[in-house]
Amino acid sequence: MNVYVCVKQVPDPNAPGKMDPATNRLVREGVELVMDPWDEYGVEAGLQLVEQHGGVLTVISMGPERAKEAMRKALAMGAERGVLVSDPALAGSDALATARALAEAIKRESPDIVICGTESSDGSTGLMPGMLAELLGWPQLTFAKKLAVGDGKATIHRQTEVGFQIVEAPLPVVVTVTGGINEPRYPSLKGIMTAKRKEIVELSVGALGLSADQVGAAGAKEQVLDLAKPEERQSGTIASDEGDGGVKIADFLQQRRFI
Amino acid sequence: MSRIWVWAELQDGKPQRVALELLTRARELGEAEAIALGGGAAAAVERLGEHGARRVYVHDDPVYDQYIAEPIVETLGTLIAEYQPAVVMFGESYSARDVVTRLAARLGAGIASNATAIDLVDGQLRLTVPWLGGAIIGTATVTNHGPKLVYLKAKSYEAAPNGGAAEVVQVSTSVPASARRARVVESVVQAAEGVKLEEARVIVSGGRGLQGPENFGMLDELAGLFGGAVGATRAVVDAGWKPYSYQIGQTGKTVKPDLYIACGISGAIQHTVGMKGAKTIVAINKDAEAPIFKFADFGIVGDVFKVVPQLIAEVKQRKAQG
Repeated sequence: MNVYVCVKQVPDPNAPGKMDPATNRLVREGVELVMDPWDEYGVEAGLQLVEQHGGVLTVISMGPERAKEAMRKALAMGAERGVLVSDPALAGSDALATARALAEAIKRESPDIVICGTESSDGSTGLMPGMLAELLGWPQLTFAKKLAVGDGKATIHRQTEVGFQIVEAPLPVVVTVTGGINEPRYPSLKGIMTAKRKEIVELSVGALGLSADQVGAAGAKEQVLDLAKPEERQSGTIASDEGDGGVKIADFLQQRRFI
Repeated sequence: MSRIWVWAELQDGKPQRVALELLTRARELGEAEAIALGGGAAAAVERLGEHGARRVYVHDDPVYDQYIAEPIVETLGTLIAEYQPAVVMFGESYSARDVVTRLAARLGAGIASNATAIDLVDGQLRLTVPWLGGAIIGTATVTNHGPKLVYLKAKSYEAAPNGGAAEVVQVSTSVPASARRARVVESVVQAAEGVKLEEARVIVSGGRGLQGPENFGMLDELAGLFGGAVGATRAVVDAGWKPYSYQIGQTGKTVKPDLYIACGISGAIQHTVGMKGAKTIVAINKDAEAPIFKFADFGIVGDVFKVVPQLIAEVKQRKAQG
């Protein structure tokens, strides 16, 4: 089975993010860049499928040359190869342009299943996977907290507002996975060493048959007009518990008429 | 006046609250119309009309509930091509995200995602979008030709009926077999007990500081004293201590209660983006440096296992005294 997992290089979500006021884009310089921790669930889900059914796990990404560093994390976890869509023309791509580039790259391969996280930890829009499914012409199985593949179809437990649904779809299919689906493995030392030698194929916009106005800032349909700092909520009274913390809170709640 | 559409997601045959919120806004921006597809669609017309829909496009074919996203995308795509609404609004939900993303790719449309406000200024769409967990507030627009798609957070507007009645437009599109792929085999409800989180006036919420699922009992008790509900952070849900329906934050629910009591929650932006709208915030955390204290109205730096039981006893005693 050919399994593909989409990953994204993002500023370390544990460090606070910044936006460049001149370009209205995320500042990626001077911050540590990592593979999105939420993508680890997708990589783990893909590894488990390949372990059960055989086949190859390919990790795919869009980004500048240095996005390879993030892809190495997935390769160290056990992915066999990488495909990176990389081109200066892609800078400023919105979700649809990103989906378009990834879809074209995926169409050049022969996947049975493409796995994505539900959303990235930097943009958090959660738009890309559904767009990718539509552009590939495949069904989508989203918000999976369980995934199984067999008999030419994939079956998931799909998170809903009130519980979950069991949903199945024929392959090939786009699956998005939630954080609850598995416990991602840590790369072994051997994995880290061999990851350095694994192949990452690079594809340009031209190689994908896309024109420059379909991607990047030129192709983006969502436009940022302005950025502002939100009004900060002011902090109130903070006190240390000296054995009467609960009493103090009760006093406060009574004063605010909650009691 | 331009048509402003709201996709009214149905659950158990009832329109979701967020659809009523968006209609309340849509009727201020133009001619508000709603699209209701799936079981209960016809019965939903009355509520949608009450909240401002002048017209409701209705099709109560169960196919929309039996397959994920694609049947709705097919029909919405057809209706959009025919009626050319200026804007189509979707309210935050799993299914809305599935539908709006596929639809955008089909139409070649941009989407403003996670918007918290929508406006039309000289015919141009203006959206308020919090980025980086609300650290930055952006103003964005969507520039594609034709209908613009907008995905708005729940609670961006308050639902208010205006007593109107809607005209019914019967949709007769048949959904092709090619769109019947991701099939719902079974739906399982794991409802949280008691008051719904989104509707609770008081929320007591727990984070990793609670150390384990067995310790949420005291939060249930405290919430119960206020007729409130219990919530949780993503870390708690990912650890399997509480089902997802408890999750508040970026990937969970957005809540705006009168009182939010955060217990053992550090206050990562992924969580606070979902609760910063609370009128009053009280925090208990053992770490004095926890970000939650930067915006709590009242905070106690201390051990939740000591402070919460004492608080419960105090509230009980004061309530008894009336």
